[in-house]
Amino acid sequence: MSTSRLINGVEVASHFRDVHHQYSSNKEGIWLFMVTEILMFGGLFVGYIIFHSLYPEMFAEGASYLDWKMGFVNTLVLIFSSFTMALGIYYNQVGQPKRATWALAITVLCGAIFMVIKYFEYTHKFHMGIFPGNLINPEMMAEHGHPMQHSNLGMYFGFYYCMSGLHGIHVLIGMGLITWVMIRNMKGEFSPKYYTPIEGVGIFWHIVDLIWIFLFPLLYLVG
Amino acid sequence: MANNHNHSHSDHGAHAEPHVTPLRTYLNVGAALFVLTFLTIIAHVFKAHYLSLAPFIAFGIAAVKAFLVMAWFMHLKYDEPSNRVIFALGFFFLAVLFAFSIIDIFTRVPQGTVL
Repeated sequence: MSTSRLINGVEVASHFRDVHHQYSSNKEGIWLFMVTEILMFGGLFVGYIIFHSLYPEMFAEGASYLDWKMGFVNTLVLIFSSFTMALGIYYNQVGQPKRATWALAITVLCGAIFMVIKYFEYTHKFHMGIFPGNLINPEMMAEHGHPMQHSNLGMYFGFYYCMSGLHGIHVLIGMGLITWVMIRNMKGEFSPKYYTPIEGVGIFWHIVDLIWIFLFPLLYLVG
Repeated sequence: MANNHNHSHSDHGAHAEPHVTPLRTYLNVGAALFVLTFLTIIAHVFKAHYLSLAPFIAFGIAAVKAFLVMAWFMHLKYDEPSNRVIFALGFFFLAVLFAFSIIDIFTRVPQGTVL
């Protein structure tokens, strides 16, 4: 850190030629990270599609326990949060950091609303004895008036909890990262010349939205 | 904003400042995403009429939404070509994984045990 120098009021590390070199290198790193995200979730998507085509009736039974209205509301919440995240960057680009802070705060709030809805979905299923894999409890399900139809139903919920859970972890991490750049923004560390961390966090938040855009029809609608 | 707009792709040092998308565009993209989400639900409610097509409609709309998010919210439309290539490679290798897994699963010949 001590080897950086100031160019046009922006701290540039010694191994970068200029501000732009630093900016584009940072962004390229973010995009490489995004590729690993696509491949991580992609593996789960491919697995889901393959087992869905092997056991379509069992997957239909599993999907019948999901309420698309919950997923629908969560989709709108995430899309709105993506919009406010984009505004968080925009207001820094045009030199209105106070508004950017508000936009980032609303983004975190939307993430929290998403997680609260997820919490209600999960606890409702736990209450009915619906757990992933062989943890699924047929006795509890029968007690609640929903006897298990397919003996391998636990597989569907293995996918369901892994995919939506991994996505939920991303939402929580994203909320933490946005809070971090929001605090830095309130301290006045960003300007129209330097806002790379907000943009990097923003790209991460948008990929969380992007994955949900495909998870929603996959889990709630097509099943 | 003071930089001159030099659009040569080979010379990194001469790049203009990052593109600033107007607020109006973000509003339009956000509104389009909301409309498409409602469209997904409308299609879902009436899916009894075209059951076999339902997944294609749902994922077709999702693909349009994904494009809007990537192009405008993630700024890929105005990003450097190398970043677009990097991100597209992720989807390419995902397609490779998908294709070979599908080919494997659905070309297996059932046979009895050899033990």
